[in-house]
Amino acid sequence: MNELEQKSANYRRKILKYIKLANAGHTGGDLSCIDIINVLYNRVMNISPYNFDKSDRDRYIQSKGHSVEALYVVLADCGFFPEHDLETMCRYQSHYVGHPTRQVYGIEHNTGALGHGLSVSVGMAIAGKMDALDYRVFCLLGDGELVEGSNWEAALAAAHYKLDNLIAIVDYNQLQITGRTRDVCRIDPVLDKFVTFGWAVDSVNGHDVAELTNVLLHGPLESNKPSLILARTIKGKGVSFMENDATWHHRVPTETEYALALQEIDNSTRMD
Amino acid sequence: MKFETGEPNLYVFAQTLLECARKDRDIIVVTSDSRGSGKLTPFGEEVPEQIVEVGIAEQNLVGIAAGLAACGKKVFAVSPASFLTARALEHIKNDVCYSNHPVKLVGISAGVSYGALGATHHSLHDVAALRAMDNIDIVVPADNFEARACVRAAVNHAKPLYIRFGKRPLPHINDQTAQYVIGKATILKDGQDVAFIATGETVHQALDAAYALESDGLTARVLSMHTLAPLDEKAILASARRCRVLITVEEHSVAGGLGEAVAALLLQNSIILPFAIVAIPNNYTTTGSQLEIFNHYGISAVGLKKTAQTLIKQVQRNVT
Repeated sequence: MNELEQKSANYRRKILKYIKLANAGHTGGDLSCIDIINVLYNRVMNISPYNFDKSDRDRYIQSKGHSVEALYVVLADCGFFPEHDLETMCRYQSHYVGHPTRQVYGIEHNTGALGHGLSVSVGMAIAGKMDALDYRVFCLLGDGELVEGSNWEAALAAAHYKLDNLIAIVDYNQLQITGRTRDVCRIDPVLDKFVTFGWAVDSVNGHDVAELTNVLLHGPLESNKPSLILARTIKGKGVSFMENDATWHHRVPTETEYALALQEIDNSTRMD
Repeated sequence: MKFETGEPNLYVFAQTLLECARKDRDIIVVTSDSRGSGKLTPFGEEVPEQIVEVGIAEQNLVGIAAGLAACGKKVFAVSPASFLTARALEHIKNDVCYSNHPVKLVGISAGVSYGALGATHHSLHDVAALRAMDNIDIVVPADNFEARACVRAAVNHAKPLYIRFGKRPLPHINDQTAQYVIGKATILKDGQDVAFIATGETVHQALDAAYALESDGLTARVLSMHTLAPLDEKAILASARRCRVLITVEEHSVAGGLGEAVAALLLQNSIILPFAIVAIPNNYTTTGSQLEIFNHYGISAVGLKKTAQTLIKQVQRNVT
C-alpha cells in the first residue's frame, strides 16, 4: 500500500470516527468520493493553507456538499484547521456544519443544495480566463445530482466559453438515497451526454489513486473544452457491509458496526 | 407641482454602469439574453470583454455571477426581476447570500412594468422573498437621480445587493444635489398631517398626492424609502411620531413588502396611528400598463389623496 492509499485508509477511519461522534453524516457518499478528494488535495491541486488567499490558486467546489465529512478530514490533514475541531461537527454553534460553509477555512463556496456547484465553477473558470491566470477549477458532482437541470445550463455555458481550465468529476456510484440512479431517474449514458454538450470526457476507476492522479494531474483532456471525468466508484467503499447499499446514504454505524468497519479497514491495510 | 420628466431608470442604470466600467475593468455584467431588455447593448459593444452572456438560464446566471464575484469581479447580474428572483431564488439564497459573494442582482422591468404581459412577467413577490433572506440589501430607486447614485454606490458595495428597476420614464423628484446613501431614506417634502412612506416608482405618485392635499389644508411628509433592506427605522419612527396618519406605498404585493415591514416596526415600538398599506392586492392582478394598474389599485395622486382623507377623518372622529 503506497502513501496515498495509506492516506485514504486513514481518512476512511476518520470519516467514520467523526460521523460516529456527531451521530450524523453521509457515510456512503463520503467513502465513495474520499479517494478523489485525497488525490486532488495531496497530488493535484495547488491549494494549501498558505496560498488560500492567492488569486492564482486552484479552486475546489464540492457540489455534492453532503459528503462534507470527507472534505473536512482531508482539509484537517492538509493543515487548514486542527483536526480536533471536528469533534464539534454538527454540534450546537459549531462552524463545522453538515454541509460545506466558508466559515471553515479552506472552503471556497457554501454548497449542500444540489445542482449549484457547476455554475459557480463556470464563473470561477471564466474569471481565470479573464485575468489570464492559469489556475484550474475542480468541481465534484454526484451522479444522482446530475438530474438537477441547472447542471446542464452550466454544462452548456462551460462548453460555449471553451473552459479548458474547468474539470468536473462525477462520483459515479450509481446509488442515491432512494436506490439505484437508473431506477430513480435514468441519467445514463453520462459520458455521451457531456460529449454532446461539447465536453472532453474520460472515465477512471474512482478508487485507484494512481489512475486518478494520472488523469487529474495533467489537464485538460482537450484544449478549448471543459473536461468531465467519470469516476466509477462504490458507495460505502472500504467497508463490505456498507458497499453498494443505499441505506448507508446517511446512516450512522452502531458501536458494533463501527468496530467492525475499523477492523475491516485495518485488515485491508495489513493485507498489503 | 410639476416635475420635469426624465428617462426610464433602466437607461440611467445602463449608462451609469458603462461610465463606471470604462474606468474599472473588474466590473462585469452577466446577462441571460437580457442585454437588450436591460439597455445594455451599448455596454456590450463598447466593453465586450466585460459582459458575459449565459443565454436564457437564470439559475446559471446567478451561479456564474457568484463564481465571478468569488474571484474578485464586481458583478452585475441582470435579468427580468420576475425570473431572476423566482426561478433563481435558491441560487440567490445559497450562492450569493449564504456564501457571501457580493453580487449585485439587477431585477429589470420589475413590479408591473410588464403589466399587460400577465403574472408570469410581474414581480410582486421579490421584495418579500429577499427580505426574508439573510445578507442582502434591497434598493428600489424612485427616479433617475436615485438610480444613478445607487449604481455608483453598488460598484463597491461590500455585500450582496438587489436593485430593482422599471422601464417607464420617471419625473425628476429628487434635489439633484442631495446626498444619497444606501440605507438612509430621503425626505422629499415635509408636513405634519400625513406621512407617505413610498418606494421606487410609486414615490412620485405619493408626492403628487402630498401636493394635492394642500387644497384641503393638509400638509404631508413624503419619504423616499429607496432602501428596503436595511430599513431606515429611524426615519420611519420619526415620521410616525410627527404626523397624524401614515400611508405606505409600493409596487409590490401587500404581503411581505414595505407596508408590512413598517407596520411591524410601528407596533414593536408601541406606535398606534391610522395606517394604510397601498400596494397590489395578493390576488389576480388586473391587466394594463403600469400606470393603469397603479390607478386601479389606488397608487395614484387621486387614490392616495382619498386614502389620506379617509385616515384623517378617522383621526377627527377619534378626537370628537
